[in-house]
Amino acid sequence: MSSPLLHVENLKEYFEIRRGLFGKRGYVKAVDGVSLTLAGREAISIVGESGCGKTTLGKTILRLYEPTDGKIIFRGKDITHLGWKELKWYRRETGLVQQDPFGALPPFMTVKRILEEPLIIHGIKDRKEREERIYKALEGVKLTPIEDFINKYPHMLSGGQQQRLVIARSIILEPKMIVADEPVSMLDASVRIEILKLLQDLQTRYDLSVMYITHDLSTTRYFSERIYIMYAAHIVESAETKELLVNPLHPYTRALLNVIPDPDPSNRFLIKEVPTGEPPNLINPPTGCRFNPRCPNFMKGICDAKEPSLIEASKGHYVKCWLYG
Amino acid sequence: MSTFKQTLRQLLIYKSALIGLIIIIILVGISIYAILAIPYDEATKLWRAGEKYWLESPRNALPSWINIFSSKKMPETIVLDTKKPKPGVSKAIIPVAEKFSNIKVEFSFNYEYDDFPSEINIFFESNHTASVPKLTVYWVKPDGEEIILANLLISKDDRYYISNDEKLARELKNIISKKINKTIDYEAPITLLLFAQEDAGILSPDTVKVMKGNYKLWIDGIIFETNVNLDAKLVVYGKVYGWAGTDHLRRDLGIALLWGAPIALSFGVTASVSIALIQMFIGAVSAWFRGITDNIVQRITEIFMVIPFLPILIMISTFYKFNIWVLLVVVIALTIFGGGVKNYRAMFLQIKEFPYVEASRAYGASNLRIVLYYLIPKVLPTIIPSMVLSVADFVFLEAALAILGLGDPLTPTWGKIIDDAYSNGALYKGLYYWVLEPSVMLAAASLSFAMLGFALDKIFNPKLKEI
Ligand SMILES: Nc1ncnc2c1ncn2[C@@H]1O[C@H](COP(=O)(O)OP(=O)(O)OP(=O)(O)O)[C@@H](O)[C@H]1O
Ligand SMILES: [Mg+2]
Repeated sequence: MSSPLLHVENLKEYFEIRRGLFGKRGYVKAVDGVSLTLAGREAISIVGESGCGKTTLGKTILRLYEPTDGKIIFRGKDITHLGWKELKWYRRETGLVQQDPFGALPPFMTVKRILEEPLIIHGIKDRKEREERIYKALEGVKLTPIEDFINKYPHMLSGGQQQRLVIARSIILEPKMIVADEPVSMLDASVRIEILKLLQDLQTRYDLSVMYITHDLSTTRYFSERIYIMYAAHIVESAETKELLVNPLHPYTRALLNVIPDPDPSNRFLIKEVPTGEPPNLINPPTGCRFNPRCPNFMKGICDAKEPSLIEASKGHYVKCWLYG
Repeated sequence: MSTFKQTLRQLLIYKSALIGLIIIIILVGISIYAILAIPYDEATKLWRAGEKYWLESPRNALPSWINIFSSKKMPETIVLDTKKPKPGVSKAIIPVAEKFSNIKVEFSFNYEYDDFPSEINIFFESNHTASVPKLTVYWVKPDGEEIILANLLISKDDRYYISNDEKLARELKNIISKKINKTIDYEAPITLLLFAQEDAGILSPDTVKVMKGNYKLWIDGIIFETNVNLDAKLVVYGKVYGWAGTDHLRRDLGIALLWGAPIALSFGVTASVSIALIQMFIGAVSAWFRGITDNIVQRITEIFMVIPFLPILIMISTFYKFNIWVLLVVVIALTIFGGGVKNYRAMFLQIKEFPYVEASRAYGASNLRIVLYYLIPKVLPTIIPSMVLSVADFVFLEAALAILGLGDPLTPTWGKIIDDAYSNGALYKGLYYWVLEPSVMLAAASLSFAMLGFALDKIFNPKLKEI
């Protein structure tokens, strides 16, 4: 394998919080030592339940947050602590698709203006060229006929159309990588697949690398090559999509698979465990394995004593669990 | 833009908004007319010119249209000038001896009004060098009675204030008293004595009547040099003038009423809009950057919030007499760190967390761009109502300062008229028009913006809809 597009190593993002006026300082450790690799034209999924730090991970990688620790290497360049000016090329090489399409669009701008903004910011002075690229992007996301959309405001579009516009904006600078943070979770079930297929299509057409963030394992099936399971700011398991879905190792992954609404009735009773209990507090996470209070395979004295390390259980299949270490 | 049309349609549902809008349109029309008809420089010049320029207009005259509503017809000003020949004006200079000439000037006019003139003056212009012309001025009433008003030796640029000639007043009184065999025992002004019917009615100012008909003033004199030209101008000052009347300096109030509109509008709108925009910008910067910038802005704002605005403004304008545009800058400067900054900051603290702002950062928008193009436009429409409302405040503020005697002393504004009226006892003297006219304009201007602002507020912030 050639050198990857993106390499994230032991990334940490802590948010400082203060309880009350003179309260003790604490940290929400939203991302706590995450490592991952994304090759060119590869799609990976980050899967985990609400509040585990997926969004924070994505935003930190995009340098919307200043990383607390760790390293982000993009195309061989360390961008972990670059300043705003030096980051400009990185902004051009990356795109973001957010969860709430309506919120992600400035309500006072027209479709045209929305798509023009990144082009203006990145110094494309020629109006004609900008227009051409806007048309190309709109065609790319199938917001056609373009004339019907170009002068509309976001509130005049349906949710699916809004998300297409957000996607068009994320690819208009022809980036190498986009982070899609739950791009379909706020959409009608009827358009979800459509949007996912669009992303998939764009990925191949634009040679994009995609980091797909979701809490819904079922959607990764259509889409990604590798899955990272995130739990309480840690990556607890990662493997190629097929391997992970067929042979889940971590009890948390298994629990997640269980909650997938599986259309195939023969699979319906395959897995028994259900994740009980609350997601852990990221200010004071459980000692040992962070999943131990909810784990069906909990081993007293081991799981709550020491944090397991990430081991390679089989080729390319990593897991962070005492069952395997 | 369709949203604009939509807003307008919604707006016109409210009668108050419609009325407000109409008044604003009228005011804008007046402003445009004022600017085109009397350029600013000329207007201020006219306003500052003093009595010399306004010699031909009466002092404290009512607006002319008063005659339409009153059965008693008030006199207009009559000007007869030998330099502008017309029927009723004649001048003849006839050489009589080697160096002497005889000059004869005759002014005749019809006086059909029901009230007496306010003043009568004659202005002379002569180009003699050494010897002073000697003139006798005669007055002929419609009944043919002729009296000598004065014997004058005139200088090159001279005037004879007939209505101020106290000696003449005494003489006229005596003559008339003798004629009707009763003494006039009140202070009858010359204008009355010259124009009154000489009967029993003249004994009281309440019963005296104007003798209507053709009056004549003629001048007979001798010029002691050759090639001398002498011109005379008779001004019989009326009691009404123009569409707005005049003030104590004979100035046409119309100028200040007209020009008050663009000045009030531009003062109010500029103050309101620039304060809102600057406060918004400061609030946005403060909220966006947080940290030390935020801290500094917050502390400055707090300082400005405890400084009492009006007293400080009054203090400053007592020490320095500003012109109105400097005053505008001072008002803006004193307000940009006002409480509004805190409100805007609170709004922007919310808006900066919106996903679209984050998206803009992800595609590389600079801080300034985010503040200007992503934060401010979100708030802008919601503050339009209060911006329109505060136009009314600033129009009033300017007037209030002028009325306190702290405004621009030289620019014609509504507030300045009220100030003049007040300091010249307009209400005490019964010169109501002097106060009413600018007050009506002022009230109309503030009210219109207030009405429009409230209606806009109902549309933009529908929760506040009336119960
Ligand atoms: N700016 C911030 N300041 C403080 N805490 C934050 C901040 N952003 C996120 N957090 C906290 O970090 C944790 C992870 O949040 P994050 O949004 O990354 O989770 P997520 O996995 O994306 O969840 P969801 O599925 O609900 O989107 C949460 O506990 C959240 O409250
Ligand atoms: Mg999230």
